[in-house]
Amino acid sequence: MQKTYYDPKDLKKFGNITEWSEELGNKFFEYYGKVFESGALTAREKSLIALAVAHTEQCPYCIDAYTKDGLERGITKEEMMEAIHVGAAIKGGATLVHGVQMMNKVNKLDL
Amino acid sequence: MKMKSLKKRDSALANSKRQLEILSGGIFQNGELPTFKTKIAETNQFPLKPKPLEILQINVGYMCNLVCKHCHVDAGPDRKEIMTRKTMTQCIAVIKATGAHTLDLTGGAPEMNPNFRWFVEEASKVGIKDFIVRSNLTIITSHKRFRDLPEFFKKHNIHVVSSMPHWTRGKTDKQRGEGVFNNSIKALKMLNDVGYGIPGSELKLDLVYNPSGAFLPGNQSAMEQDFKSALLQDFGIHFHALFAITNLPISRFLDYLIASENYEDYMYSLVEAYNATAVANVMCTNTISVSWDGWLYDCDFNQMLGLKVASKTKHISTYNSEILNNRDIIISQHCYGCTAGSGSSCQGTVT
Repeated sequence: MQKTYYDPKDLKKFGNITEWSEELGNKFFEYYGKVFESGALTAREKSLIALAVAHTEQCPYCIDAYTKDGLERGITKEEMMEAIHVGAAIKGGATLVHGVQMMNKVNKLDL
Repeated sequence: MKMKSLKKRDSALANSKRQLEILSGGIFQNGELPTFKTKIAETNQFPLKPKPLEILQINVGYMCNLVCKHCHVDAGPDRKEIMTRKTMTQCIAVIKATGAHTLDLTGGAPEMNPNFRWFVEEASKVGIKDFIVRSNLTIITSHKRFRDLPEFFKKHNIHVVSSMPHWTRGKTDKQRGEGVFNNSIKALKMLNDVGYGIPGSELKLDLVYNPSGAFLPGNQSAMEQDFKSALLQDFGIHFHALFAITNLPISRFLDYLIASENYEDYMYSLVEAYNATAVANVMCTNTISVSWDGWLYDCDFNQMLGLKVASKTKHISTYNSEILNNRDIIISQHCYGCTAGSGSSCQGTVT
């Protein structure tokens, strides 16, 4: 049994999830493929969104995959870093906006 | 420190036999990944056979003013292999005798061959349909004796094909050397000024995109759009088409892959992106590559791996279309580079 939770080689095995649930696995990958096709957003824009979400989800497989995908599309490291800051700002904002709930509670309970 | 060729550095990888050992060993020897032969045999495409010759690609020498990190030729200022006028004369005889519609001059920097202009003048008299010179652009700005090259190309209706790994300076200079981006932009402006690359112009100027690292090229037409809008917006530069070319794991790019511990992952990427339909159109099926000393190869990559054509006639001096067309094309695992995704050739994608 491996001694770490994450192994970069496991990303290559992602498709194997279909083996234990063929119908759902196939539906997922079909949907996944469709999502990333150019539509109202370009495939390039979708790749940057995926990279930002990969970071907020802190998924190491997704970070590897969408960093490589970005390089393949000619996306620059400056664009990648800005995308991650968007993710970070929303994460930070999501934490801080709950501060209003704390303030509401304090105001209610405090004399 | 100035980069030197693998040959100058006495690197083990300067020996093509060592490169071929690496490409046949490890993950391909232990069965982790299928060999290229096994893969193409799945669709009954082994042995790979040539079609009638369309493109004669002539490497006029390995000397170059640049030392790009990914160069599959291991070219550089320290390489002295240069085609002589005698071999060029033999090439012209073959161009006349074959039905090839395209003549493709490459190097090194082909312009550094002292007989380059003579060769272009003589070869253009033959009346070839598409006469390509693969120019690295910076050669045009490198010395005053090269500054009239745009006019010279125009005079002989040369189709100029030039490398440009990215529309930003940082990524370009990292691959091709400090200052290369700015000089390439200057050279592109000089070419535009004489009419090259302008929309509707018959003076063809195409760019070649090679990824600047251990990853594959993205969609060619999407990249072309990005290159066009960035070069036009930032510098007012026009060009016609962009060819996205995959880096093949040989020579300096192989050296880089191994040193950066990317070799296995890169080979996985190539094999995963294998496209059986690209095999039918790989460039070795319609091209013959000639080396500076007149030997014949299935492609420029096989030339660098020292794999002369598997045919009784192996030299430009004894060129025989009939005998050559009966040969089997020599393959190894580097060939996965030409069948990945939409396929890759010196003319870009093949599907």
